[in-house]
Amino acid sequence: MQTDSAKPQTMALPMQLNKPSRWAQLKKELYRNRHYYILMSPYMILFFLFTVIPVVLSFLLSFFYFNLLEFPRFIGWDNYARLFLNDDVFLIALKNTLLFAVITGPVSYIACFLFAWIINELSPKIRAFMTLVFYGPSISGNVFFIWLVIFSGDSYGYLNGFLLRLGIILEPIQWLQNEDYVLAIVIIVQLWMSLGTSFLAFIAGLQNIDQTLIEAGAVDGIKNRWQELWYIVLPSMKPQLMFGAVMQITASFAVAEISIALAGFPSVNYAAHTVVTHLMDFGTIRFEMGYASAIATVLFLLMVGTNKMTQKLLRKVGE
Amino acid sequence: MATKALSVFRIQRRLNRSFTVTFLLFLLLGLFGAFMALPLIYTINNAFKPLDELFIFPPRFFVVNPTLDNFYDLVVLMGNSWVPFSRYIANTLFITIVGTAGHVILASAAAYPLAKYRFPGSQALFSIVVLSLMFSPHVTAVPNYMVMSWLGWIDTHASLIVPSLAWSLGLFLMKQFMEQVPDAILEAAKIDGASEYRIFWQVVMPNVRPAWLTLMILQFPILWGSDGGSFIYSEDLKTLNYALGQITQGGIARAGVGAAVALIIMIVPMILFVISQSNVIRTMATSGLKD
Repeated sequence: MQTDSAKPQTMALPMQLNKPSRWAQLKKELYRNRHYYILMSPYMILFFLFTVIPVVLSFLLSFFYFNLLEFPRFIGWDNYARLFLNDDVFLIALKNTLLFAVITGPVSYIACFLFAWIINELSPKIRAFMTLVFYGPSISGNVFFIWLVIFSGDSYGYLNGFLLRLGIILEPIQWLQNEDYVLAIVIIVQLWMSLGTSFLAFIAGLQNIDQTLIEAGAVDGIKNRWQELWYIVLPSMKPQLMFGAVMQITASFAVAEISIALAGFPSVNYAAHTVVTHLMDFGTIRFEMGYASAIATVLFLLMVGTNKMTQKLLRKVGE
Repeated sequence: MATKALSVFRIQRRLNRSFTVTFLLFLLLGLFGAFMALPLIYTINNAFKPLDELFIFPPRFFVVNPTLDNFYDLVVLMGNSWVPFSRYIANTLFITIVGTAGHVILASAAAYPLAKYRFPGSQALFSIVVLSLMFSPHVTAVPNYMVMSWLGWIDTHASLIVPSLAWSLGLFLMKQFMEQVPDAILEAAKIDGASEYRIFWQVVMPNVRPAWLTLMILQFPILWGSDGGSFIYSEDLKTLNYALGQITQGGIARAGVGAAVALIIMIVPMILFVISQSNVIRTMATSGLKD
């Protein structure tokens, strides 16, 4: 609505003035909107300083050897070659990260929607309470260390105590020091904490579905809740579903803090090592910044690539 | 009275619902609800357990003789330790309040032009923000550390507060919500001669209060649960969550105090969410990603 006022004046200008006036016009546009740029500038300066420039810098640094002390030395693709050909631990981390993403991503996404959908059937007061119960873990700070007590390796651990009493096991199991269990435990705790922003978005989306659509659907022959879900609810929630997918995918690739808290850093035989913990290892302990940047770039491509692909798929749903 | 109380539990009548399926779905909800809630209930119970119950074998889930001893011990510890415990609380409060309030204001100021006007660069900027939702902050950790050290912010609270001000999810949600503010009231304010800054502060901001609360509830737990990461070294700048880690590492002698601190860390964001829930849901209704 703002741009319209500028148009008639430029149209009236003679032809030969058109070329130089393109710049003049842009300058005028920039000047006319100066208040908006000023309003946005504090946020945007910080956003570029701490998000955009670091991504670019990280990409550039990944072609250098850099240890914070000496001047960066250009080494081309060496970091990437080392990453994929010479670093067995990275391959374990990559395998674990993909496993986490493949399991926790879809499971948590479906769980977010399923529970939001069931909760939506409840009366408002119970709904508010159940929302708190399911959303609570994701905002409970770092209380996930409680799981340490549950999976504690001695007989004081709740799970061990419980299983011992039932007679299922005869001696306590070292849950978090055992390669066979530790990955599964990290996944369970990750899932426990994963009903976050997208869960709220789904709750909100479900509450805002046009009720007349549902009534009309019933008249048109929708017979049960599953048909209602498929033909009315899901299509009308598409924007929220896309938003939720972005949130869950990004989170499912970023598993690190929970792995470190539960399995330790490094974990037994790197059983719960992820790309992010590998990045932390080189970035904050060994200070091999160039190599760490290569890991960060791989992580960036993994996350954004998966997100873009999923967006494409979701866009096709219901077309 | 009894019927009124029961009516809370009654399911709203809806079309096309079979009782069996409803029952099974609620059973599922109940089971998983218990799984979600157990660790939280455990934290609450633990904080009120006397020492002998904390170390009883076999371990007991619920508290039998609730006591406030752990909280008294916490207060005593606050006075005696090398860095007073209240210091950790003050640090966490400072980081959380400044970071959250600043984020709400900066993100709103940036969201208003993006939501309401088209100008050179506006769409490009917004698509960069959406793109940044697609990767986690871990990606930028290494260069961020370098940026921090160039700025000389290592070992200051600024290293935790300032980056969190420009968090992209907040801008995204605020912009989506602001699109709903009717253009008519902005036009009216403009005709009355208000400047853009005044329109933003006195017309738009009061209209998007639900979104402030949402940005707050999303930002607050992150800062509140921060342990200082790799940026903070000085003991007197460290946070509550860091102190909790130290206490739990202190072993058996500090188990009671640890349980009390864990409860404090957990309960504050949850109370905040209870207060703001209906506003948060209103905001999230506009959160969708459009093409």
